[in-house]
Amino acid sequence: MNESSSRPRSIDRAVTELARLPGIGPKTAQRLTYHLLRSSGDQVLVLAEALRNLKEGVVTCSVCFNMSDRNPCHICESPDRDHAVICVVENLLDLVAIERTARFRGVYHVLHGAISPMDGIGPDELRIRELVQRAKDTSATEVILATNPNLEGDATATYIARLFEGSDIAVTRLARGLPVGGDLEYADEVTLGNALAGRSSA
Amino acid sequence: MKSARRYSTEALVIRQLDYAEADRILTIYTPGRGKFSVIAKGVRRARSRRSGHLDLFTRVRLDLAAARNLDVVTQADAIERFLFLGEDVTALTYAHYCAEILDAFVPESNHPSSELYAATLETLRRLGRRERDIAVRAFEMLLLDRSGYRPQLHSCLGCGKEIVPEKNYFSPALGGVICGDCMYQDPASVEISVPALKILRNLQTRPQEVLRLNRVEAALQGEMERRLHDYVVYHLERRPKSSRVLESLRTAPAIPA
Repeated sequence: MNESSSRPRSIDRAVTELARLPGIGPKTAQRLTYHLLRSSGDQVLVLAEALRNLKEGVVTCSVCFNMSDRNPCHICESPDRDHAVICVVENLLDLVAIERTARFRGVYHVLHGAISPMDGIGPDELRIRELVQRAKDTSATEVILATNPNLEGDATATYIARLFEGSDIAVTRLARGLPVGGDLEYADEVTLGNALAGRSSA
Repeated sequence: MKSARRYSTEALVIRQLDYAEADRILTIYTPGRGKFSVIAKGVRRARSRRSGHLDLFTRVRLDLAAARNLDVVTQADAIERFLFLGEDVTALTYAHYCAEILDAFVPESNHPSSELYAATLETLRRLGRRERDIAVRAFEMLLLDRSGYRPQLHSCLGCGKEIVPEKNYFSPALGGVICGDCMYQDPASVEISVPALKILRNLQTRPQEVLRLNRVEAALQGEMERRLHDYVVYHLERRPKSSRVLESLRTAPAIPA
């Protein structure tokens, strides 16, 4: 990089570190860096402080692998939740999305990914073993597989479902169908087919 | 406003990478334009009109708009899907392996091969059937061939003599088979059995026949898999990530609930 040799090393370092973040390319990293340079010292320090505390203040829940400020997390500790129903999600953001529905009163299990062999992620790299053990230990009645509706999510769900075959635990999957506000004519045939198969009485 | 150059192509999605808020960068393989990356905007949103058509290993008709960096997907219409891959982790891992080595061996763009494209699709179809191991071997052979790494299986790479059905060795470093007398030229070479060598040769010359027969005993399957795996690893200079997953799938004891 020729252009970088002329600017202070601290700027280069900030650009490089920001560019490591997902969805941020070198150009955006540069824009952010120069924005921070122009903004007030307080603002930059507040950001630095927030980043510094991020890792210290957050722990992984040893029961469900959610991120929380305590272990076990709020959800796993809560007496108001049904601990016999475990909803399995790929990522933390999926948990947040399901929480936002306010329709689920059970507990979660975060796999931290989906099976994706070309990225080196097989069943062993996910929290699947822990899920099976946990469901058994806590005598769960239902495991809801809320993985993404794509090939990797499906394969992950199928793999997990197999592991529960022959047990008393009911294994269910999220229904799939048409999104709110969508157009029927643009739906792909798999989604439309699923919506048709899973229709409910009006 | 400058009108963007638009074009359409058939494609197979071989890799996906989440990008920005709701976009995804897709690596696609096409019969006429080879391998390249495109961006599909907003497809991670549940309401996207295109997302249902752009999943990994979907054969899709794409409308694209040329852009400065990555061309943009403007329309997508699925032609063929391999949904069984979502029901079988091993088959999915085989598919990932094929996509991973395809991505690794085929350079970006301007390397069209409708033959390799058709073979990739055919291999995916076969993953749902019994003969999937031999189908993957056939795919490896064709891919190596078309990307300039065709292993030499007919004459010795040491002395040039024709290979006869006795003790021969397989050397990824030299690029194929060496005879017993030349084995010293690559101490890392591994003995290859006569039947395995024969099937690998046939996969080079008449793959369709081998695929039709598809009765290959497990030990031979294993031997061919290991030899070609060594070969792929040597030339890629790394081990494909998916083959590591495949190995753990095979060795890991099932954990019953």
